[in-house]
Amino acid sequence: MSKKNKQSLTLADPALLKEAIANSFVKLNPTELIRNPVMFTVGVVSVLSTYLTVWGNGAGEHFAVNLQITIWLWFTVLFGNFAEAVAEGRGKAQADSLRKTKTETMAKKVTSLEDVNFELVPATELRRGDLVMVQPGDVIPGDGDVVKGIATVDESSITGESAPVIRESGGDRSAVTGGTRIVSDGAVVQIGVNPGESFLDRMIGLVEGAKRQKTPNEIALNVLLVGLTLIFLIVCTTLQGFAAYSGKMVPVIYLVALLITLIPTTIGGLLSAIGIAGMDRLVTFNVIAKSGRAVEAAGDIDVLLLDKTGTITFGNRMASEFIPAPGIEESYLAEAAMLSSLADETPEGKSIVRLAEDRFGFKAAERRKDGMTFIPFTASTRMSGVDYDAISIRKGAPDSILYLCGTSGSTQVIKAIETVAKTGGTPLLVARDKQVLGVVHLKDIVKPGIHERFMQLRRMGIRTVMITGDNPMTAAAIAAESGVDDFLAEATPEKKLELIRRYQAEGRLVSMCGDGSNDAPALAQSDVGVAMNTGTMAAREAGNMIDLDSDPTKLIEIVMIGKQLLMSRGALTTFSIANDVAKYFAIIPALFTGIFPSMQRLNLMHLGSPESAILSAIIFNALILIALVPLALAGVKYRPGSASSVLQRNLLVYGVGGVVTPFVCIKLIDMLVSSFMGV
Amino acid sequence: MSEFDIYQLLLFVFILAVVMIPLGYYMARIFQGERVWLSPLVRPAERAFYALSGIKADGQMNWRGYLLAAVVFNLVGMLFLMLILMFQDLLPLNPQHFAGTPWHLAFNVAVSFMTNTNWQSYAGESTLSPLSQMVGLTVQNFMSSATGLAVAVAVIRSFTQRENPNLGNFYVDVTRVTLYVKLPLAIIFAVFLLWQGVPQTFNTSVTATTLEGAQQTIAVGPVASQIAIKMLGSNGGGYFNANGAHPFENPTGLSDFVQLVSILLLPISFVVTFGFMIRDKRQAWALLVSMTLMFVIGFVICYVAEANGSHVLDALGVDQHISNANIGGNLEGKEVRFGIMNSTLWATATSATSNGSVNSMFDSYTALGGLVPLFNLLLGEVIYGGVGCGLYGIIIYALITVFIAGLMVGRTPEYLGKKIEAKEVKWAIVAQLLYPVTVLGGGMLALILPDSVSSLSASGPHGLTQMLYAYASAAANNGSAFGGLSANTLYQNVALGIVMLVGRFGVIVPILAIAGSLASKKIIPVSNGTFPTHGGMFVVLLTAVILMFGGLTYFPVIALGPIAEHLSQLSQSVM
Amino acid sequence: MRGQLRASLALLVLMTVLTGILYPLAIWGIGQSFFPYQAEGSLIVANGKVIGSDLIGQNFAGDTYFHSRPSAAGNGYDATQSGGSNLATGSDDLIKQVKERIQAIRATGFTGGIPVDAVTGSGSGLDPDISVANARLQAQHVAQSRHMDVGVINNLIAENTRERDWHVFGETRINVLQLNRALDNLANH
Repeated sequence: MSKKNKQSLTLADPALLKEAIANSFVKLNPTELIRNPVMFTVGVVSVLSTYLTVWGNGAGEHFAVNLQITIWLWFTVLFGNFAEAVAEGRGKAQADSLRKTKTETMAKKVTSLEDVNFELVPATELRRGDLVMVQPGDVIPGDGDVVKGIATVDESSITGESAPVIRESGGDRSAVTGGTRIVSDGAVVQIGVNPGESFLDRMIGLVEGAKRQKTPNEIALNVLLVGLTLIFLIVCTTLQGFAAYSGKMVPVIYLVALLITLIPTTIGGLLSAIGIAGMDRLVTFNVIAKSGRAVEAAGDIDVLLLDKTGTITFGNRMASEFIPAPGIEESYLAEAAMLSSLADETPEGKSIVRLAEDRFGFKAAERRKDGMTFIPFTASTRMSGVDYDAISIRKGAPDSILYLCGTSGSTQVIKAIETVAKTGGTPLLVARDKQVLGVVHLKDIVKPGIHERFMQLRRMGIRTVMITGDNPMTAAAIAAESGVDDFLAEATPEKKLELIRRYQAEGRLVSMCGDGSNDAPALAQSDVGVAMNTGTMAAREAGNMIDLDSDPTKLIEIVMIGKQLLMSRGALTTFSIANDVAKYFAIIPALFTGIFPSMQRLNLMHLGSPESAILSAIIFNALILIALVPLALAGVKYRPGSASSVLQRNLLVYGVGGVVTPFVCIKLIDMLVSSFMGV
Repeated sequence: MSEFDIYQLLLFVFILAVVMIPLGYYMARIFQGERVWLSPLVRPAERAFYALSGIKADGQMNWRGYLLAAVVFNLVGMLFLMLILMFQDLLPLNPQHFAGTPWHLAFNVAVSFMTNTNWQSYAGESTLSPLSQMVGLTVQNFMSSATGLAVAVAVIRSFTQRENPNLGNFYVDVTRVTLYVKLPLAIIFAVFLLWQGVPQTFNTSVTATTLEGAQQTIAVGPVASQIAIKMLGSNGGGYFNANGAHPFENPTGLSDFVQLVSILLLPISFVVTFGFMIRDKRQAWALLVSMTLMFVIGFVICYVAEANGSHVLDALGVDQHISNANIGGNLEGKEVRFGIMNSTLWATATSATSNGSVNSMFDSYTALGGLVPLFNLLLGEVIYGGVGCGLYGIIIYALITVFIAGLMVGRTPEYLGKKIEAKEVKWAIVAQLLYPVTVLGGGMLALILPDSVSSLSASGPHGLTQMLYAYASAAANNGSAFGGLSANTLYQNVALGIVMLVGRFGVIVPILAIAGSLASKKIIPVSNGTFPTHGGMFVVLLTAVILMFGGLTYFPVIALGPIAEHLSQLSQSVM
Repeated sequence: MRGQLRASLALLVLMTVLTGILYPLAIWGIGQSFFPYQAEGSLIVANGKVIGSDLIGQNFAGDTYFHSRPSAAGNGYDATQSGGSNLATGSDDLIKQVKERIQAIRATGFTGGIPVDAVTGSGSGLDPDISVANARLQAQHVAQSRHMDVGVINNLIAENTRERDWHVFGETRINVLQLNRALDNLANH
């Protein structure tokens, strides 16, 4: 449903890969490596193993095997670094494209709204609260609000949308983004953020990775991984003691290999890549998140508050039916309604024309004649129409038309009006020469496919709530038609805020989108508040995400991206741990056959020799990391469904698959290794 | 397996299944401070206890307060017990004039009984006076299991609290458990044991003149009262060295059966209590099914291994075939009146539940048969587990399961409506980490220090198993032993004492910290997107996580112990 | 902290009185009143002398008595030092002992399969029972030593065979002390 403006970068981009490979080595720097405790452990162990191979006691013995183990240990570290570097590279590319909109501009700073003399200052020196004047052709120097005037702004640099948008002071469309260009008119903008704090700055920080803050869930997972690493560290170090008791110490380098294959290097190496890729995916959807936490929270959302207009229904009502008064032909009513709307440029008017054409084959364009006088709609008359050839046709609000015609309406007409209103529609009365012809049913048209989406969300356990200013009756009708779980009618900002609080008190996480300044409290209160880019500065400040396309349906995608992020972590963790089973069956017999020859019975895979077994396990461990980089970057496939069905599928693929895969792969690698060793 | 064995098993399952629900419900009411049918009788005594000890019954404790109370109460009890043991020669009721125990033995025993381990590095009948056994050990049998239950109850409460850090009152919980649950059950059970032949006398020994004219001194004492609570409280510390194999502790097939039931009774019922207290019985069933699954797997392996008997004896022409006339199986270290089925069922149950009593000697089990109790210990006593501690043990596993698997459904993991975040994971990992540190670290040190290795009666893989079992038993607060280890040495007493302390409080501190954190959280309502923690999928997952954690952590050392022993015997018998 | 210490101490004292003194005393009282025989150790008294406990095995070395299982308690059936051999199934010591026991049995002229309880020690070292097969194995030798008909002995074995408790629990077994007493009684008549 959403357009993807920014191209996703492919993994195979050679320039990107080249830089990533270079960065894999740069990242060997211990101060950087220690950010990832699992890979840091691998690094330390690799150093130890290098020392043992070259200078250690009896280094010459089994030199070839030891060397190979050491090399593969280093590869494991490098592969982990590489995964992160690729993700960061892709993030940087995204950031660069974001940054392009941040070209160094000069701002015309003014001291007051009335000031006409400006001072030229670099945009980077603007502080929050500064006023700047923007004129056609100027690039807006920073995020802020239009406080005076009106201007057409070309926002294509950030949204990709070519049509310029209007920004004016006072309304809900006052916010402007730094980097966009004034097309016409001019305005005074109050800058809303200090340098380096703009949304773009934050997003760039998120996708670039280096300064990336870990998200809560990532921290928790990291704790688990560190715990597992420590457990296996204990297992491997104490094993030497147990082996000593049993009669023979095991070569340290073999224990090192055992340790590295057991600790969760796969997920450890891919963890930050998954995180960066998640942010990246969001940017590709033209959504800017202010924090990684918000993206994660999106996966937890239980309640989605969706504005009716624009999200659930098309922005405008459309004519769906002509209900003639008694004794009037439907085509006669349709014709009159069409004629009255010929000059009506509102979507409603156009839809009446279209309906009449569709139903009765009128040719609207041919009917328009010179002598026609069109009466425009005004708030006081609440009707519009046309006068020609002494004929007067009017359409408008029922009470106004009835008043015009001086009647209280026939029972059938009144009933028709009520029926339309009851089903959520808006009735329009059409009168010709003060004779009521019938009712036009203007209807909120629910977007196609929205019903299915809500079903999907329900299966995912997400409750949808429609927010609308309509009266409860209308709201109920549309709610029923669109299939939302609940609705809030006659919504006011206060009611919205209260609703969010109520859901939160029940322990639910609420997401909403909004644009107006009066949405700001609700946006701030909600757990994931998505502000429309067209909205006010206040709204954009209050939300924790900004949708550059201002497309409220994106909430759903945002939730999915959040879920996918968490899922990818869980799946790869499971895979990583499940792998250990096969690794044990490869390495344990190899370690202890020297002490207990009968231990060969545990060599289920019939690996060639102890050396080839250990080597195969460590090679598998390194290769699987690199093999899973594409998966980490693309994210685990998410098919919306209930938690149970999602879990079942993932468990089968990553749990059972995680147990089986290494058995097969290690055996294959061993066959290769053994044949080389044989030579 | 004979038809009688099958009847016994069916009855066993049936009785537990029937009793667990009312008992679980009864306990839930007790912990929620509600009236029960014993209230008219016990309530006045309860009030008197609070009044006399200055406990404010409605005073709520947060997790730190609860922990502090538990630690202080246990340390006071431990010091008290140490003093009794060291100075039993100065105290009354010591007709055999046993000397005061050395400090390290007193430390070991006191820690052992305070932590609900009931590891016994001494022979009861030839070391401790009846006073020490009664006023010292029996009291701690009650108190240590009450502490475990109290902590578990605090943990359960944390799931029902909404943004409220209070976990209840430790003293009240301990008092109520003792007065309403433990004591009434112990009295009924002790009377049953008396009937079956367990002595309860203040004589200490009787001298008999045997048919062949020899003198036989028979140790007796106030046994029934201690045995009742040692079984019910998953304590396991017997009056006699031979523990539940001793005919005075376990005289008949019937007493054996009822004691078997008593091993599992409270651990199982308490899981039901959990279901009642969180108002979602399905959650409790899921845990129970997972536990039962592991229990059954363990029992089948153990039974088959022991029923097949020893390869060596087969080769010598010994008849190990099980029939009505021949007990059969690997009978070294097992009693005729129990046979293979009752011995292996007990072995599985006692090691699964942290009970630690034995009615047969594991040291003489086949390598695979002995692996089952060992592995149960290494899993950390979560298959039903100790009274209370089994539940909080498996909850730690459940948190880890939920954390890993929960991520896979694309949400921040939650258990029973509480979000599992970095803090919970951190503490869960601390608990999971301390255990291998003590078992593997302690076991390894004990195997390479010459002072310690000399305690072993066996060498090679079997010796490794003996030592590993001792440290696993201490860390898991189980208390059973591969008896070949002479553990009453300075080194073993102190080392095992420390391991027992870490094994106990290394779990209690993290789980209470988790409880404190959970209690302060909101309860997230269940939706379709919630990872369901009941039902088959969770059961399989939880079981897999437990077995994986245990397997991955201990596979190497098990390979060097029981597996090496088994494989080399296989190779020998093939040759 | 001080409050906690006070409460802990007070509670411990109260609990000690209740569970450490009153509870065992109550059980003792019940035992003396309702189960005096069991409470004192199921002692068998003959001619005013305690000859053993129904529950505790005794050592029988002579040829005229049925032998109990091998015992690792003290020097054998020492009822102040209960315990098993704690020997591993594969241990050389155990194999050696079993071989000796088999030889001893073979020396009595028995040629069949030897039931396992006859050559293995129990867990307590005080096992009062043997299996029916073990008793039958010894029947011939005891009969010879006592110059009795083996049929009589076999009847005695059958009479002294204890069924499973309630026909379900535990195993079918024979109490050696009671069997040997029955032998003596038979001889005295």
